[in-house]
Amino acid sequence: MLEISLSHRLPALDLDVNFTAPEGVTALFGPSGAGKTTVVNAVAGLLRPDRGRIVVNGEVLLDTEAGICLRPHKRRIGYVFQDARLFPHLSVKSNLLYGQRFNKTKTAPEFDRIIDMLGLGALLERRPAALSGGEKSRVALGRAILSNPRMLLMDEPLAALDAARKAEILPYIERLRDEVKLPILYVSHAPAEVARLATSIALIETGRLRGFGPAREILSDPTLAPALGQREAGAVISGRVMEQEADGLARIETAGGPVLLPYPAGQPGQSLRLRIHAGDVTLAVGHPEGLSALNILPVTVAELRPAGPPSVYVRLKMGDEHLLARLTTRSVEALRLTEGMACHAIIKAMSVASEDVG
Amino acid sequence: MSWLSPSDWQAVVLSLKVAGWATLLSLPPGLFVAYALARWRFPGRSLVNGLVHLPLILPPVVTGYLLLIGFAPNGVIGAALAKIGVTVAFSWRGAALAAGIMAFPLMVRAIRLAIEAVDPKLEQAASTLGASRIASFATITLPLILPGILAGSITAFAKAMGEFGATITFVSNIPGQTQTLPLAIYSQLQVPGGEADAARLVVISVTLALGALLVSEWLARRIAARIAGHN
Repeated sequence: MLEISLSHRLPALDLDVNFTAPEGVTALFGPSGAGKTTVVNAVAGLLRPDRGRIVVNGEVLLDTEAGICLRPHKRRIGYVFQDARLFPHLSVKSNLLYGQRFNKTKTAPEFDRIIDMLGLGALLERRPAALSGGEKSRVALGRAILSNPRMLLMDEPLAALDAARKAEILPYIERLRDEVKLPILYVSHAPAEVARLATSIALIETGRLRGFGPAREILSDPTLAPALGQREAGAVISGRVMEQEADGLARIETAGGPVLLPYPAGQPGQSLRLRIHAGDVTLAVGHPEGLSALNILPVTVAELRPAGPPSVYVRLKMGDEHLLARLTTRSVEALRLTEGMACHAIIKAMSVASEDVG
Repeated sequence: MSWLSPSDWQAVVLSLKVAGWATLLSLPPGLFVAYALARWRFPGRSLVNGLVHLPLILPPVVTGYLLLIGFAPNGVIGAALAKIGVTVAFSWRGAALAAGIMAFPLMVRAIRLAIEAVDPKLEQAASTLGASRIASFATITLPLILPGILAGSITAFAKAMGEFGATITFVSNIPGQTQTLPLAIYSQLQVPGGEADAARLVVISVTLALGALLVSEWLARRIAARIAGHN
């Protein structure tokens, strides 16, 4: 449990946010300059807010009213910076063990297990100057975890990496979320990352909280979709890999029935998340015939939300999950869509990018 | 070194002792002042910066005069020191003090530049890993500025070896007490036909200065290479 309540005035920003995050990865999502890093720095103790209260798992780190403000080194908050910030004069191994010099608790994360999990074994004797960008990110991640923190802060840890390196690191962060079970506050302005990692999402705009809730709800909320970016809006549904078919398609079981993807998506039985862009969803009132699209899912219209003259966001209920579609106002009127109406959502297999599956 | 007369030898040893102490004693305050100037924003910062650099721009004889006023047995600081049995005026300790103060700006400058080259974000990172301010300074900043500290110390040492004006004004020119190399050279030049005697000391002066420079360059390269990880 992470309780954050902050109010702070900066020259360019008036920050005032307030939320309580459950276990798992909480994504702080919003455009640059929205105040995400300010929130994270306040949690780490690198910035002292004008007013606020921060409680992690029952431990009060900051309470300006009670005059409590723990110094950063007393907070036990692991911080993975965007620029890694490895110590240039120390080997990778000494960097990784740096936090343990100050670890006063008896327990420490198992070094070998973390090294294994992050694939750092071959790098231990190297200096940071001799590492690639992706390797630096992994070392920074390992260093933060091995300092035995009560939670992790990650400030756009992937922003400085190219797409291939991102794809290399994301699975490690997922394993961290699922295996180490540390609460994580994850700053990002990349919807694809947030969709893959987040348990909860705090949507921040110009210093204010626009929305907060479970990732699925926030991503499929038509009122918040414009804030996520018109091109980027899209819901996340969970699935389970059923089988890899002979023609190269992967069959994924979802709340709306099987979905086919045009590439291997994992081992049978593996759980994953699919992000479906709102612009990639087509609606049909009757069951369409003679269509090349492979995925036709039965849904009900849950909410229609006009988003400016030409377009409407439609939230679609599919079992206990939601899809989001972005249609023109003209189509909505032609189909006479109303809330509660049953219809079919059509998703081309080819439109689901591999970076949106994981 | 039989070609050195006992009094020459005395001047060399005294110079090394004076410059050594001057460097050693100005290092801790030099480090502190350099850190404060590089990292802290406080009222009076420009004033401190100006004071530190004062010996560099004042005529050395003025610095020597001010030291004389302050540290003479009846001066403000001199009287206080006399109570605890320390005399500075007209002793090698005074020469070390004068040399240290004259060398101080060079020391602070070199260390300050080195500190400014270290990203303060590294200390922030150390603090999130559990390091207190002192611990993060000792384990991160200090190793990274070692070449700067070394460069500052050697420049300060060389400056202290060559200090003339403030020394002769403050502690006079007493053979065996305060007569360092430059003062000995000066004295010999006052004697008609003393140029040949002075030449020996000049050679030693040049050798010591060059030697110090070469050693510092070599050490700084080694340390920089170790820090960058190319050992």
